[in-house]
Amino acid sequence: MSLLSVRDLTVKFAMRDQTVTALDQISFDLGKGERLGIVGESGAGKSITGFSLMNLLSRPGFIDSGSIQFEGEEIAGLPDRKMRSIRGNRMAMIFQDPMVTLNPVLTIGQQMVETLQAHRRLSRADAEQIAIMKLREVYIPSPEERLAQYPHELSGGMRQRIIIAMALLLEPQLIIADEPTTALDVTIQADIMELLLELCTSNMVGLILITHDLGVVSQMTERTLVMYAGRIIEAGKTREIINDPQHPYTQGLINALPQQTLPGHRLKQIPGNMPGLAAIPTGCAFNPRCPYAVDHCRSTRPETVSYASVEVACHEVNRLHNTVLEDESA
Amino acid sequence: MSSMVDTGEPTRLQRIWQSNMAYSFRRNPVAVVSLVIFLIIAVMSLLAPVIAPFDPYDPASIDIMNSEYPPAWVEGSEPEFILGTDDQGRDLWSTILYGTRLSLIIGLCAVGLQAFLGISIGLIAGYIGGRLDNILMRLADIQLSFSTLMVAIIFLAVTQAMFGSETFNQYAIFFLIAVIGVAEWPQYARTVRATVLAEKRKEYVDSARVLGFGAGRIMVRHILPNSLSPIFVISTVQVANAIISEASLSFLGLGMPPSQPSLGSLISSGFDYIFSGSWWITAIPGVVLVVLVLVINLLGDWMRDVLNPKLYKG
Repeated sequence: MSLLSVRDLTVKFAMRDQTVTALDQISFDLGKGERLGIVGESGAGKSITGFSLMNLLSRPGFIDSGSIQFEGEEIAGLPDRKMRSIRGNRMAMIFQDPMVTLNPVLTIGQQMVETLQAHRRLSRADAEQIAIMKLREVYIPSPEERLAQYPHELSGGMRQRIIIAMALLLEPQLIIADEPTTALDVTIQADIMELLLELCTSNMVGLILITHDLGVVSQMTERTLVMYAGRIIEAGKTREIINDPQHPYTQGLINALPQQTLPGHRLKQIPGNMPGLAAIPTGCAFNPRCPYAVDHCRSTRPETVSYASVEVACHEVNRLHNTVLEDESA
Repeated sequence: MSSMVDTGEPTRLQRIWQSNMAYSFRRNPVAVVSLVIFLIIAVMSLLAPVIAPFDPYDPASIDIMNSEYPPAWVEGSEPEFILGTDDQGRDLWSTILYGTRLSLIIGLCAVGLQAFLGISIGLIAGYIGGRLDNILMRLADIQLSFSTLMVAIIFLAVTQAMFGSETFNQYAIFFLIAVIGVAEWPQYARTVRATVLAEKRKEYVDSARVLGFGAGRIMVRHILPNSLSPIFVISTVQVANAIISEASLSFLGLGMPPSQPSLGSLISSGFDYIFSGSWWITAIPGVVLVVLVLVINLLGDWMRDVLNPKLYKG
């Protein structure tokens, strides 16, 4: 049985004069202890996916249709009271900026003890013991002293470690990490990612890593979803997607990496911008930016097809592959 | 020389002394003087039963024959009565001590009530938002469109008529606290709501929700402590306002009865005699009231400057 199974999840935002679709029929599965990456540009719906899994969409967003099954239980549309016992307890989330994620007026100890006591019947002393143990697991030096400190007394890397420790406090089955290292130094980024990887593998915790950093995804995850304008346009094993991307958008993303360009040359960027949610083009949402787009792409929405061991939503994937092969042989 | 030895770990008191706020306080003579004067007034009035030479509430100790003695430095005074006596022969110094105590108690309790109502309503309106927010804030607007004094006068006049003077006078202090407390809650509610709207967008609130906390706990334990600075500022100003409101109502005869005078009723009772030459019955409590309100407002000003992040120069 898979840990998490999302089927045709559609999320909409009720704006003043229209309803826009932020997530369009997203489906994916996550096995126990599996690590999944979600990549895409800003506004592709990555974070909204994370929030909908937690059932934490704030108004005007709402789950329009579809199902989210977590450990065999349907959680889409679960009342808040029941959802609260899942949040933090069986499913945890880590946010982007550790500078603002911890409450500035409470000590680390208060915040950790409060989290534990909200879900478990524990005495203060026992809760503190667990907190110290978890802080030690994320390699915080002298954890006993940290409990009495306020967030502003700690460095960014230290804070993100503490946030990870807090996410692990109640031994959840699934961690959703929403760009966990974007706000950190490059050197600390690597440390934090390594730590997250280690903790997930040793505790068999499922991880959904939301990021726009393809390098991070290739190191950390087993499978990857590529999102564009609220849809999953390519899904498959991370290795396959990085080495042999099928969708022109994924290809564009990988070509845009600085490593793909010789020094002194312009970076190969994808022309244009992600469309706004209110103005998603008909047909394939990527067609205005796609170098291979044909009439068919502008009128009909592509279905997801299996191609070369990945799932891809592109009409022209066959032709595209052949052109690439021709280019290579020429 | 033990104070010179650095003990390493600073105590809580030392930490407070070394904080930014304490530093700015020490550097601001107006704030220091205001606080000192406020503390003197507060301590003396709270210790009134100990300090005061007479008990103005005890009819047995009052002799009508002693009425309208001037203060000690004016000719024709009795050395027994330092600030003179009022029209009923009460020692003015004792009466002012007791009256200030009443004014302060009413001011603080009324602000406590305002804060409780306003903070709860503001938190709920700001955090939950939507239609509830609209309803609560329109209620606040309606409340604000009546002036405090008007509401209070109507309420107190009606209760006075309903219960009769006797009962009213007995419970006047509670009526005053209730009416001043209820009339001014929108001040708090609006300020708190505005702060909550800003705070709830911050990620620590998201992370609290993600950790599975309920709305009540997030409001009280996470958002409220982060919204305290504007509450502090508004509280000082509101205490001063409440004291003035109480004095005005008492001056109009709708507040504390002459048998248990607050500063306002004392000023009012002396007002009848001001043209017959007994100026001190009105003037001295008046000065005390003005000084009290002034130092509280000055403290509020200082606090606003310190706690306003826009004015903060790090």
